[in-house]
Formats: sequence, C-alpha cells, structure tokens
Amino acid sequence: MKQTNRAENHSPLPQYTYTLFLGCTVPVRALNYEVSARKVADRLGLRLQDIPEFCCCGYPIKSVNRYAYLLMAARNLALAEEKGNPLCTLCSSCCGSLTEASHEIQEDPKLRKRINEDLYSLFGKRYEGNVHISHFVRILNREIGEKRIADQVRVDLSSLHVAPHYGCHYTKPSNIHDGGDDPEDPKSLDKLIEATGAKSVQYEDKLQCCGGGVLAIDEQVALAMAHRKLDHVQAQKADAMILICPFCNVMYESNQRKIEKAFQKEYKLPILFYPQLLGLALGIEPDDLGLKMNRIKATELLKKINRGVD
Amino acid sequence: MIDSKTFDPKFKFLIASEPGGENITKCFSCGTCTAGCPVREVTDRYNPRRIIRMALLGMKKEVLSSQFIWLCSSCYTCFERCPQNVKIPELMNAIKNIAVREGYLPPPMKSQLDLLASFGRLLEVTDFENGKRKDSCLPLLQEKTEDVKKILEKLGIRS
Repeated sequence: MKQTNRAENHSPLPQYTYTLFLGCTVPVRALNYEVSARKVADRLGLRLQDIPEFCCCGYPIKSVNRYAYLLMAARNLALAEEKGNPLCTLCSSCCGSLTEASHEIQEDPKLRKRINEDLYSLFGKRYEGNVHISHFVRILNREIGEKRIADQVRVDLSSLHVAPHYGCHYTKPSNIHDGGDDPEDPKSLDKLIEATGAKSVQYEDKLQCCGGGVLAIDEQVALAMAHRKLDHVQAQKADAMILICPFCNVMYESNQRKIEKAFQKEYKLPILFYPQLLGLALGIEPDDLGLKMNRIKATELLKKINRGVD
Repeated sequence: MIDSKTFDPKFKFLIASEPGGENITKCFSCGTCTAGCPVREVTDRYNPRRIIRMALLGMKKEVLSSQFIWLCSSCYTCFERCPQNVKIPELMNAIKNIAVREGYLPPPMKSQLDLLASFGRLLEVTDFENGKRKDSCLPLLQEKTEDVKKILEKLGIRS
C-alpha cells in the first residue's frame, strides 16, 4: 500500500452532529453508499444520528398531489425538528424535496397553518420550519472542506481518473440551495475528488440528467438518457464514474447491463459513490466501504491503487 | 388539424391557480426549455414548449390525457434557464395534479401510490432487508409506517 506523508498543518477536525435521512432507495438498494458514508463521516468527525420512523421524503407524490408531498415532507421534518439537529441526506432528491418543502412552509404562513393543523390532528406534531437540510457531499464540501480532507489522505489515488456525475437535484433548483455551486458549472464534487488525489475527468454532457425521473413512466427513454452519458464517460477512458445520488446509481449501475444489451455496447464501468472513493483515500479497507456490494466490480481500479482484493 | 372551437379558454387560468402553475401565462414560447431538455434529446414525444403552447391555447383534454406531461424528468435545467421564470418542472407538476384530479393517473404512478400507502416508502423493508442491514452493521429500520396511508386518506387520495 502506498502511503502519502502530508504535513498536517490545518486546523483539527471539528465535531458536527446531524440527523441522517436515508429515504427509500439508500437503505434498501444502496447499502454500499450508506456503509461508506457512515465510515467516512466517523473518520471526519461527523456524527450521524438515526430516526427509524422516517418515511419517504414525499418527492414521488409531488406529481400526484403537491399538498400530500408537503405534508409527508413536513412529517419527516417535524421528527427531525424534535431532535434538534440539522438534517443530512444521501439522496439528492430527498435533499431537494425536503429543502423546498421546508422553505415553502417557513415562508408561507397560510400554508404553515394548514400543514400544522393536519400534522397535529394526524400525528400530534408541529413543524416550525427550523430544520436545515444539506446533502452529505455538501456537508463534506462546506463543513470539512477539501483542505482538511486532503490532510487526512493516507493512500495515493493519483493513478485514478474518475468521472464526476453531479446529477440534477444536488444543485438544482439553485434558488433553494443556499449558494455554493453554479448549476451550470458546479465545482464542488470535482474539488472533493481532487482532494482524494484522484483526477477528475471532464466529459461531454457532464451535467446531463441520468433519466431516473422517467424510469417508472418510460423505461426506454430513461435507458436512452443513461446510455448517452455512459458513452461519453467511456470515451474519456475513466476508471469509474462517481455518484452522489442512489437513483443515479439505479440508472448507471443497476441498469448498466440492460443498457449494454439494448444498445449493443460494453462498458463494464465501475460506479462508485463518492464516500467509497474518499474512504479508499482515507485508508479504509475496501470491504468496510461496501465495495463487495458494487454490482460492477472495481477490481481493476483497486489493483491500480494496490488495494487489490485477494 | 387543430379545431379552435374545442379550446377551453379558461384552462390556462385553471393551471395558473394551481400551486406551481402561477407563471404559465408569462411564457413567450422562446424554446429555451426544449433546447436544453435532456428528455427531448432522446425522444420527440416530450417537448415542453409545445405542451405549454397547447395549454395556453386551451387544449385541455389533449394535455391532461396525454402521457407526454409525465415524461418530464424534473432535472430543472429549464427551470434554471427560462427567461420568464415559468418554473417548468413545477408547472408540469401543477398540470399533472390537475390531470390526476380529472381521472388521468398513469398506472406506474398508481403503483407508487399503493407502495407508499402500504409501506410508507417506495421500497418495502422486511426482515430480509433488515437482515442485510444487520449483516452490514447498519441500524435497523422500522418495517413500515401507517402514517403515509393516514395522509392519503385524510386528503382523499385514492390510487
């Protein structure tokens, strides 16, 4: 194993406590994301607490009934508000939908009154609008920062070229996310990748949607959208694609074989969640980062950094 | 051929009164939404400018009964770029909410509603899933919650 010896000349890691909101997809279909995020959080001084009673964030029902979405989101936010900690999500859609709902409830007194009457009559709860919601990767970017992350790097990843996929809801709609990334030219994930020592690869249509939003309605359209992006990443000979949303993973990893068949292509492109890449750089064992759960094995990538599995 | 006699001139106001649809009448059909739309790039069945134009003309039945309103992937690219702040993904949701009330609920959305009502989540958590979580040293989840069902019942939403 190659070791790096960086001077630890930055301030020590601060301690933060968040309530972790898992949503629907992560705790059932992306355990590798959850396992690696928790490991990395622990290493970097982020305490994540759980609320087992959380339900779906409400996003899937927004197209059916907007108020039902707001009420589902408010139920979760009320539970989080009782705990008193800010909320951390791993799913970009959960982050977007909870943030939007919280802003709307906070800014519209009439809506807040109606939501709270319903929350009280149904569940004996209230939501005052005081929960701050952030995506895990934005917390890494904002609260820990690339410099401190770089200080913690123990394994040399400089041989890796990986393609960042921002997805949509991590940056957009930009009016609900408090500053940070320009939605037309986001940089935070590139910087976090570079902080691990790996190279962030640029590719065509880097900001394009994975297609997950239309998967349930029209699979062929969704697969066609993901196919274009896999082509563009492959053209740059990236070692892996780096994701920060479990639904993007459904498109690029779970459906990669289906896309290969439908479009007569061969990718075999490993799809890693950012905390898995970061965890490797921090010297955490691949098994402890859930890499065995990745459907497309990252064997070659691990060999490149001398962490080959036996 | 479009027959203007069948148009409902009030349709745009119905949409504008629906949360998310407020800015529909500001659209001047520049097509920025369609030019940057990732769904439009792979299929010509989805074309936000066309849908908004049809809605503004009052083609109520054609818009509400069509599958194309459900093809928005909610990527928010058009939301960011629209010079008139039409908030297209929110507008599409407003139109979809109206369509559902008029009885046009696509089967995949019906299935999602059933799952949410049954489990409180889109994916079921049973002993099996919790077993996998335990093997990965992850905290166990409450297997299901009735709370979403209570919300749907309270609002009279049936799949």
